[in-house]
Amino acid sequence: MVWRIIRHLLAVVAIVLVGGLACATLVRFAPGFATDEQQLDPRLSAESLQALHQSHQAERNILRFYAGYMKRAVRGDLGISHSLNQPVSTLFRDRIPVTLRLVAAGLALGWAIALSLALTTALARANAYSLVAIALSGALLCIPAAVLAVLSVLLNTPGYLAIALIVFPKVFTYSRSLLSRAYSSPHIIAARAKGLSALRILFWHVLPVTAPSLLAVAGISVSLALGAAIPIEALCGLAGIGDLAWQAALGRDLPLLVNITILVALITLIANSGADVVGHALRGQES
Amino acid sequence: MSFIRKLACAILVVVIVAALGANWFARADYATQFREAPNAPPSRAHLLGTDDIGRDRLSRTLYGTRISLLLAPTAALLSTLMAALIGGVAGYLGGIWERLAMALTDLFLSLPWLFLLITVRALLPLNVSPFVSVVVTFLMLGLLGWAASARVLCAGARSLRNSGLLLQARALGLHGIRLFAVHVVPNLRPILLAQFWVSIPVFILSEANLGILGLGVAEPMPSWGSLLKELEGLTSLGDQPWRLVPLVLLILVVTSFQVILSSEEVTA
Repeated sequence: MVWRIIRHLLAVVAIVLVGGLACATLVRFAPGFATDEQQLDPRLSAESLQALHQSHQAERNILRFYAGYMKRAVRGDLGISHSLNQPVSTLFRDRIPVTLRLVAAGLALGWAIALSLALTTALARANAYSLVAIALSGALLCIPAAVLAVLSVLLNTPGYLAIALIVFPKVFTYSRSLLSRAYSSPHIIAARAKGLSALRILFWHVLPVTAPSLLAVAGISVSLALGAAIPIEALCGLAGIGDLAWQAALGRDLPLLVNITILVALITLIANSGADVVGHALRGQES
Repeated sequence: MSFIRKLACAILVVVIVAALGANWFARADYATQFREAPNAPPSRAHLLGTDDIGRDRLSRTLYGTRISLLLAPTAALLSTLMAALIGGVAGYLGGIWERLAMALTDLFLSLPWLFLLITVRALLPLNVSPFVSVVVTFLMLGLLGWAASARVLCAGARSLRNSGLLLQARALGLHGIRLFAVHVVPNLRPILLAQFWVSIPVFILSEANLGILGLGVAEPMPSWGSLLKELEGLTSLGDQPWRLVPLVLLILVVTSFQVILSSEEVTA
């Protein structure tokens, strides 16, 4: 177990470091790098232009930029955003809570709807009800996240509802299949025949078997919700990390983009690794 | 073939025929402006009305459908080929190659798909000609969308690597590229086909997301993404419901792909 956690931690650190370097390299070689709109300002003196030019020189060498960045990051200095002219740590401090609230509320609502529908379809065995639930999740799977964001603005609904509607179909599809399979297994049928209550069957016999797989889906749903947060925040006018990523990408803001990439990769990897470790522990207990 | 699958196939055929025949079915070219009728409601002249600069919406929907429906499969083909090359070869070779390929796959999958797309798209020039924007958008989808398929193909090739079939082929003297081309690739074909089908609706939806965010196909060329961007101009859902036609069409087509896909997966 400890070895599994260490292995996951090492993988997370390695992937985050390489991902950040890859992102920095992409930005460095992107067309228009190191050009600044301010350089076109005719009021600036030659010295000011030279200073502006110098400020980008340090970023020309990718490895030097990245090594310097890591050294400063260890001390808590994440650099200055070029496009917003603010420290990245300040931007993160203001925006991370907005995204966390949005994603957490969306995930909670999406999971609540998906699990309750999956459970009732697995238990009810009513074809019409199952068909309606499957059609609903199928239809939502076919709507782009950005359209849900636009509809959210049009209908004046909170942004987390759009996240919930993106998470719901994926979770519902997997959990319905898992729960249906669990409820049709021989030991559950025997437990039902012996007259065990529905709640006892659910908590003692179904959830322990399905929990590791559901946890894996939970890890994936975090990544899904974070991805969906970009169009939802950008189109709904929510000042979170998704909106910041959007602005950083459009402004080719290297320090900001590298930081956001590392942050998003870190959250996604921790969610997936955490789900894997807990799932493994549960499987171990079960066996 | 079930009724639902037949219906899905029929919908796809009708939409593809209408899109390919846009030159005949559309009243005008996608960029033609009827300046005397901007924002016109549906009429005999303009069945879906016109947009704010007087372009016929039906024509733009047909041409946009053609672009999205022709290029999403092209991007899916590219990503499937890349997945076969990276995942299939790594799974077949095993050892360090497999570990490297899986590390690269993990790297790609560590970022949410839409985040990766938006970041890479924004790094490329945004102020380009419409034709270049189409190429850039779908090329990027194809080049970045291989990771999940590569993992599946790697697992498939790994199980083949240890199979009796390849053991016998090796014993008969087949090695290297010939063994891969003659025995591994044909056996991976069902997985390749399934991955190709899976990628098409994913890429259609991704292009739509990019288009709405203004990072997809550039104006005046239409695509489902740029057509859906018009929804931002609505004040309520009941206001000008004919503007929702591209969305309905997108949902119908993606649903049809999903329905056909489920049967393809079973076949695979």
